[in-house]
Amino acid sequence: MTARTDWRGRGRHLALGGALSLVVVLAAAALSAWPAWQSLPPDTALLRLSFTHSGVRNCRDRTEEELAKLPPNMRNSQICDRRRAPVRVEMDVDGQTVIAADLPPSGLAGSGPSRIYRRVELPAGSYHLTLRMRDDPSVAGFTQEAAFDIDLSPAESLAVDFDATTGRFFLH
Amino acid sequence: MTALRAWVRNGFDRAERVLDRAFGPDWNPLAQLGPIGWFLFWTVAVSGIYLFIFFDTGVTQAYASIEWLTKDHWWHAGIARSLHRYASDLMVVVMFLHLAREWAMDRYRGKRWFSWLTGVFVIWFVYLSGITGYWLVWDRLAQYVAMITTELLDTLGIFAEPIARNFLSPQSLSSRFFTLMVFLHIAIPLLLLLLMWIHIQRITEARTKPPRGLAAITLGSLVAGSLILPATSQGPADLASLPQSLGIDWFLLSLYPVIESVPAGAIWAGVLVFTLLLAGLPWLPRRREGAAAEVFLDHCNGCSRCVADCPYAAITLVPRSDGLPFTHEVEVNADRCVSCGICMGSCPSSTPFRRSGPLITGIDLPDRPLAEVRAEVIEAAAALEGMPGRVMTLACAHGAAAEAAPGRVVLPCVAMAPPSLIDFIISRDLADGVAVAGCAERDCFNRFGVAWTRARFERSRDPYLRQRVPRERVLTVWAGPTETVRLQKELGSFTSRLGAMPAFAGARSLDAEETAPAETEAAK
Repeated sequence: MTARTDWRGRGRHLALGGALSLVVVLAAAALSAWPAWQSLPPDTALLRLSFTHSGVRNCRDRTEEELAKLPPNMRNSQICDRRRAPVRVEMDVDGQTVIAADLPPSGLAGSGPSRIYRRVELPAGSYHLTLRMRDDPSVAGFTQEAAFDIDLSPAESLAVDFDATTGRFFLH
Repeated sequence: MTALRAWVRNGFDRAERVLDRAFGPDWNPLAQLGPIGWFLFWTVAVSGIYLFIFFDTGVTQAYASIEWLTKDHWWHAGIARSLHRYASDLMVVVMFLHLAREWAMDRYRGKRWFSWLTGVFVIWFVYLSGITGYWLVWDRLAQYVAMITTELLDTLGIFAEPIARNFLSPQSLSSRFFTLMVFLHIAIPLLLLLLMWIHIQRITEARTKPPRGLAAITLGSLVAGSLILPATSQGPADLASLPQSLGIDWFLLSLYPVIESVPAGAIWAGVLVFTLLLAGLPWLPRRREGAAAEVFLDHCNGCSRCVADCPYAAITLVPRSDGLPFTHEVEVNADRCVSCGICMGSCPSSTPFRRSGPLITGIDLPDRPLAEVRAEVIEAAAALEGMPGRVMTLACAHGAAAEAAPGRVVLPCVAMAPPSLIDFIISRDLADGVAVAGCAERDCFNRFGVAWTRARFERSRDPYLRQRVPRERVLTVWAGPTETVRLQKELGSFTSRLGAMPAFAGARSLDAEETAPAETEAAK
């Protein structure tokens, strides 16, 4: 092979090559943190709406005949579709609707919860949030509603979540 | 495409000539991109293992432990952190330079597709390794990387719950998530190592270590750079607020601003198209290569010189099949043979002096057999007749002498010419001297052409250039495609020297069998 292991007489190469390599390393070091990237405009805050929540299943009561055909230990009074209903969610900021979505159930069979993760960038300031959700299509209107007055400072990150156990929206 | 490739290749050649002067051809970093990539990988691996001793995987402790090692123990762990980061960044640079150079030198198509294709996957694993590493610092940049990455991944819709929800608030993030990230940051580089190993499987004596001098220069400059510009964090992550302005690592994280600015669908489509295009490049279009080398068992004693010299592991030694009293014979894997002809040059049977029977050697190129090369040499000699200081040039098709010229025979690789061909040219008075003009010394197109030719002429590798060949009548010129001026200068000077010499005393003219045209030889 051509590689020479004898370093004698290679002082010039070590010095020149070393200097050039150092320049490359310093350039790499500089570019590893510069120039800066402005991810979020100044005086802007981030509002995120995110939750997972299961829509209701379409269920009906079993008839007496149906129940009689089942073994005693499997006589569940209701029979439900595997697929869950989509969840409707809407979010208004100062009366302006910024999010309005029908969230389909997850999973191949549609048996999983509906989920959402949305970002809304807002100028820092005070806002009135209104949230509406419907997890049962048979219900007219919405099943859960909430309103918050928020005060966003620059670069603040605020998240709106939903707690299925209490059935209420809450802020992180 | 061909013009663009030639332009880029010449650009590399010019830059490499400058670096030849600074580093020396054997330490030229542009000719050692693969070995440097390996060296940087090990630098990152060793520094990473050292950092792991001090790293704490807790949500609140991760940042604190990194700060502690960066500030309180800057003189060992802090340097290791900077080495870890800068070596990773340089690995990205080296990787793309390697990719661009192999493309420019047209060493990615045809039988070389395997190295290219496996290299494409290496790219993504380098990025994944870097991204998971930045995450672990858990500073403002890590928070940004975590959010953007998880938001992008969530668009795939394959997770039961959006993983970006882990970063909604300080309370939603657990240390177990960090444990997972540490696992990924170890597992992904291990997979990267596996891919890098696969990447070099179809080449002989793959260079995974740069020359010691270059390794010392690289490590020394990395340490010096780490001391001058130590890597630092960008303040602790705080999920209650967002990083607005960030110092981005433009080597590993340059896609992040794009991810923020372009719809996720376009990002995934871009990644897919980029990967498919890059992976499919060897077939767009496919390189036309000559037929694979062919073995002639009547002239092969299984000496294995061709096995040792083949740069692409295309020749293997197998048990003898023809009953001749030798233990082995060689077998050519046509899928790996690039028809460089180096095997023909290494075969002891490849002697143009053959006078009994047709000129057939142990291993030959069907598209450019030795008999044809001998005929070309004899024909080229006719163009030199009457000139003072006749120089026959055996040229490499990828170097400065690739263009046809009087008295020049262009070969796929200069190591295709057996040393006996030089002896033949001088002793049969076909020329006063022979110039072997190969690729640039720093890097041979066929990997070992320069090295094997040198070793054969120095009589340190079989087949040797015979002692009787007057060395003053043999010139070797290693010159890249843009060094035509130097080539002409050296050839001119050689011609003058030869012109001043008396005729070679040992020369005699060709006999009838030696002048037989190639077709006749083949017919025999």
